[in-house]
Amino acid sequence: MMAFLFGIFHTWLVLVAAPLITGIVRLTKARLQGRQGASPLQPYRDLWRLLQKESVIAETASWLFRIAPYLVFVAVWLAATIMPTFTTDMILTPAADLIALVALLGTARFFTALAGLDAGTAFGGLGSSREMFVASIGEPAMLMVIFSLSLLTHTTSPANMIAYVLSGHIGIEVSAGLALASMVMVAIAENGRIPIDNPTTHLELTMIHEAMVLEYSGRHLALLEAAAMVRLLLFMTIISSLFFPWGIAFVDAGPGEVLLGLLAWFAKVSVLAMVLGFCESLVAKMRVFQIADFLGGALLLALLATIFLYVSEAV
Amino acid sequence: MNPAEHLASFGRISYDTAHLIGAVILMMSFGLLYQRRLTAVIRTYSLQAMVLALAAAWQALVQDAPHLYASALIALLFKGIAVPFALNWLVRRLGIHRTVETALGIGPTMIAGVGLVALSIVLVLPVTASSTAMTRENLAIAMSVVLLGLLMMITRRNAVTQVVGFMSLENGLILAAVGAKGMPLVVEISIAFSVLVAMALFGIFFFRIRERFDSLDIAYLETFRGERR
Repeated sequence: MMAFLFGIFHTWLVLVAAPLITGIVRLTKARLQGRQGASPLQPYRDLWRLLQKESVIAETASWLFRIAPYLVFVAVWLAATIMPTFTTDMILTPAADLIALVALLGTARFFTALAGLDAGTAFGGLGSSREMFVASIGEPAMLMVIFSLSLLTHTTSPANMIAYVLSGHIGIEVSAGLALASMVMVAIAENGRIPIDNPTTHLELTMIHEAMVLEYSGRHLALLEAAAMVRLLLFMTIISSLFFPWGIAFVDAGPGEVLLGLLAWFAKVSVLAMVLGFCESLVAKMRVFQIADFLGGALLLALLATIFLYVSEAV
Repeated sequence: MNPAEHLASFGRISYDTAHLIGAVILMMSFGLLYQRRLTAVIRTYSLQAMVLALAAAWQALVQDAPHLYASALIALLFKGIAVPFALNWLVRRLGIHRTVETALGIGPTMIAGVGLVALSIVLVLPVTASSTAMTRENLAIAMSVVLLGLLMMITRRNAVTQVVGFMSLENGLILAAVGAKGMPLVVEISIAFSVLVAMALFGIFFFRIRERFDSLDIAYLETFRGERR
C-alpha cells in the first residue's frame, strides 16, 4: 500500500520539482554573470504561459507532428518514475530496470528527431541529424556505464543497486569513479547543456535541441520544455541516487526516514543544479565536430570502468 | 606498532583511496592525449604531477614511511611547478604554434590508449598471480600511465608534446614506485634530478632544432637522417 502511495507521490514530485531545478540552474548562471536573474519559479510561469497560448502548426506537418510532444513527454516522465528519489519502496521501481530507462529516453529522442524532420524546415532537419549524431555515441556510453555498474552491484534494477551500495559491500571503487565521470559527460550531452549544446539559444547555427523544436508553439512547446526539464532532473537523480545514495529510505521505513530521504534528495539535486550552473559559466561551447571526441571520451571512460572491474576482482 | 599493523589499521579504505588517486592520474594521461592546445597539455601535465604528489603523500601516511613525504614534495615542486613553468617559458620563447599537431587523430589515439590499458592489465594479471588484488590494481594503473606516455611520444609531431609524454611516462614510474613498499628515497631523488637534467637538455635541443629547421616538427629530422617520408 505504501509502495503504491509513494509511487504516485514520486511520479508527481519529479514533475513538480523539475521546473524549480531548471530555475535554480538559470538563477545560478544569472548571478554568476552579474545579473539579478529571474526567480527560480519563473519556469513554472513560462510553462503556464505556453499552455494558455494557441498552438500553431505548419501546413506541411503530418499527424506525427501533433502527437510527438505527448509521446516524448510521456516517455521521459515514465523514465523518471523508474529512478528512485527519496525511497526505493515504489510500485513502479521493480517493474523496469536501467536498461528500460535508456530505452524510454531513446524513444523520446527518436520522436523528437522525427518531429523535427516532419515540418520540413531546414533547421529541424539539421537539429535532428545532429541529435542522432550525439545519440549514436552518447547512448552506447550510457549503456556501458550501466553495464559496469551492473557488474559491480550484480543487478540492473536501480533499487537493488542502491541497496547494494548502501550495504557497504563495495568500497571506493576505481570503476565507480570512472563510471561517474562518464555518466556526467553523458548527462551533459543528453540534456543539451554547455559545452555540447546551449539550451538558451535560438539564433546560433550550432543549436541542436532547440533546432528540432523550433516549429512548436503553445501547449506542444510547453510539453516539450517540461520533458526537457524532467529529463534534466532525471539525470541529476540518476547521478545523486546511484553514486551518492546516502539518505534514501528503504522498504518499511518510518515517516522520519522518508522525510529525511526527501530532504536529502532535494539537497543533492539542488547542489547538482548549482554546480551545473557554475560549470556552464566556466566553459565555452564546443564546435559540433568536437562532440564526437567528447562523447568518445565518455565511452572510453565507461569501457575503462568495466575493464578495471576485472583487475580489482570486484566481479 | 609494526608496519603491517599500521597498514591494517587503515584497512581497505587506504587501498581504495590510493587506487582512486591512481585512476585520476590515469584519466589525466587520457586528458593529455585528448587536449588540442599546447598550454592545456602543459596544464594537464602539471595537474597530473600534483595528483601524483597527493598519491605519494597518501602512501607516506598509510605506509608510515616519512621519506615518501619527500617524494611528494619533489613531485609537487619540480614536476608540478618547475617543469610546467619551464615548458611554458619555452613555448613563449620559441613562439611555437599553440595547437597540437598529431600524427594520428585524437579519436584513434584514445582508442589505442584504451587498448594499451587492456594490454597492461593482461600483462599484469599473470605476473602478479600470487599477490593480492590491491598490488595488481596499482601496478596495472601505473603501467597504463607509462604506456600512455609512450603512446603520446609516438603520436605527437611537436617536440614539446613529446617531452610532456616523456614526463608523464616518468609520472607512471613514480606512481608504481610509491605504491611498492621499500623504495629507497635515493632512487627517487636521482630519478627526479635526471628528469630535471633531461628537461634542461630538451630545452637546449629545442633551440638547436629550431635554429636548424625553423620548426619543432620532428618530421624535419627524419629527412635529415636520410629516411624517406
